[in-house]
Parts: sequence; structure tokens; C-alpha cells
Amino acid sequence: MSSHAEESVVHVGANLSTFTKVWIALLGMTGIEVLLAYEQVPTLIMLTCLLGLSIIKAALIIAYFMHLKFEKLSLFLTLFPMLIFCIVLMLIFLGDAVRIPNMRPFA
Amino acid sequence: MSSHASAVSPAGSVWEGGQSPYATNSKKFGMWLFLISDSLTFSAMLFAYTYSRVTNPDWPKPFDFSPAIIFSTIMTFCLLSSSLTMVLAVHSMNHGDRKATVRWILATMVGGGAFVVLHLSEWMKLINVEHVTALNNPWGVPLFGGTFFALTGLHMTHVICGLIYLTIIAQGIARGKFKAEDVEVSGLYWHFVDLVWMFIFPLVYLMSARVG
Repeated sequence: MSSHAEESVVHVGANLSTFTKVWIALLGMTGIEVLLAYEQVPTLIMLTCLLGLSIIKAALIIAYFMHLKFEKLSLFLTLFPMLIFCIVLMLIFLGDAVRIPNMRPFA
Repeated sequence: MSSHASAVSPAGSVWEGGQSPYATNSKKFGMWLFLISDSLTFSAMLFAYTYSRVTNPDWPKPFDFSPAIIFSTIMTFCLLSSSLTMVLAVHSMNHGDRKATVRWILATMVGGGAFVVLHLSEWMKLINVEHVTALNNPWGVPLFGGTFFALTGLHMTHVICGLIYLTIIAQGIARGKFKAEDVEVSGLYWHFVDLVWMFIFPLVYLMSARVG
């Protein structure tokens, strides 16, 4: 890639008010998470809500703060399907983790 | 595929990757590749923490809502705000304002520094008051200390490396050295550190909160 091409692709992305809105949304979702912890909701509901909110927060950070929303689709398609596939593969051990407490001799 | 035809094409052959298939510079693409591999490392550690927790019904809840959860919420606020100031640094640099860029990077470093100080005080409390180490703790679940310190320690190392990185970038910008793309690449790293904390905070701290 030529140096001229490299210099010409600096992205400005969204405007400042959008970044501020994203920041406020991230703070708001963090507040909801802390509230859930304070209310001590049942573990499974809490885990689902926390993971859901974390994924939304991560998507907002990647899309706006890391500018991926303003990049070419090819960059996203090269990086993220593989990452998501590998992370989902890690779930393969979840069954073992759930089963182990019931396999203890004096459980 | 005709190599002769592709050499003539002004845009470059698609089959040879084109001139710029991702329309991005090589530094930024390199950083993206690093961040993707790093996210797999953090994912593996988060899964290890979660599986250890699921396999141990006696998993401890060592974080009192006040002050531990309030402390970690302030840490989250510091990191999120430092991400906003980093975005503003990139924005200023894209508009050619080097002085404002240095100021925003310094603000980002203040947020990151506050995070590290609060995190270390949290660690000190766990080690000195609760007597938790990487190999032992009073609740008889040694995996808690091992996974907790490994995960949060790796994250804190990333934050400290980010602070060093930003110091170098800020110095370079002040001396008129670096370009906008360098600030953008350092911003990518900083946002990643913030992104990882968005999973550590709920899974490690909030899921182990003790109220009352």
C-alpha cells in the first residue's frame, strides 16, 4: 500500500454529540447493572441481563469509539465472524462445568 | 486469472487483493489483528473464571456493595470517561489541533491513572484485609484468588501499558512527530482496554456483590 493511500484514510467518523450520547448510554447501562447487583435478583436472570447489557456496551464501543461502523464492511467480515466463532467454541466446556458439582462423591 | 490484465487495471486486481481491500492503513489493520488475538486471550480467561465459578458451589462473594462495588463503579466511570476523552483526542488530531490533542490524551491518562490507583487499593484490601492470595483464601476456594488475580492483573497490565503508550504518543504529538493515524491506532488500543472491563466488571464484581 502506498504511503499516499495510507495518509488518505484517516476517519473522522461520527460528530461530538453522537460520541457524548454513546458515553451517556454506556454510563446509563452501567447504572442499570449496578442497580441489578444491589437488588440481588436471581442469579440466572442477573447473568442474562448483565451479559446482554455488556454485549450492547461492547457493540457501542466497537461501532462508535473504535470507528468500526465507519470502516469498510470487508474489515468487519475479516475480523469478527472468526472471533465470535472462536468465543462460541469455548462454550463447549460449559456442560462439563455444570456436571462437575454433581459428580463429587459427597455432593 | 490473467496477471497481465490485472497489472494494467488502475484499481489493481481484486484477485491480488486490490489496492486497499480494507481501505485502512497498515498500522490500524495491524492493531485490529492484535486486538482480535488479545480478545481471545481475555475470552479464554473469562470463560476459565466462569467455569471455575460454576463448578464450585461455595464460590465466595467477597465484594461488599459499599465500598467495593461503589469503588469498582467509579473505576468503570473513569475508564468510560477516558474513552470519551480519547475519542476527543482523535477528533482534535483529525482537525490538526495538536495542542488540544495533547490535552485530551493527558485527560485520558488521568482517567487511566485513577483506574489503576483505585484498582491497586482494591487489590491491597483483598490481600491485607480479606487475606486473599493467588493460591489461598479464607473461604477455601483457591481457584477464586488464582482466576481473579490473573484476570484483573492481566487487564491492569494492559491499562499500564496503555498509559506508557499514550505518554509516548503525547510526547511525539507535542514535538510535531506523529500523524493522525498514530493517535487513532493508540485510541483503538485504549478503547479495547475499556471494552474488556465492560465484561470483567459485571462478571467478576457485580456477580459476586454482597449486599447488607
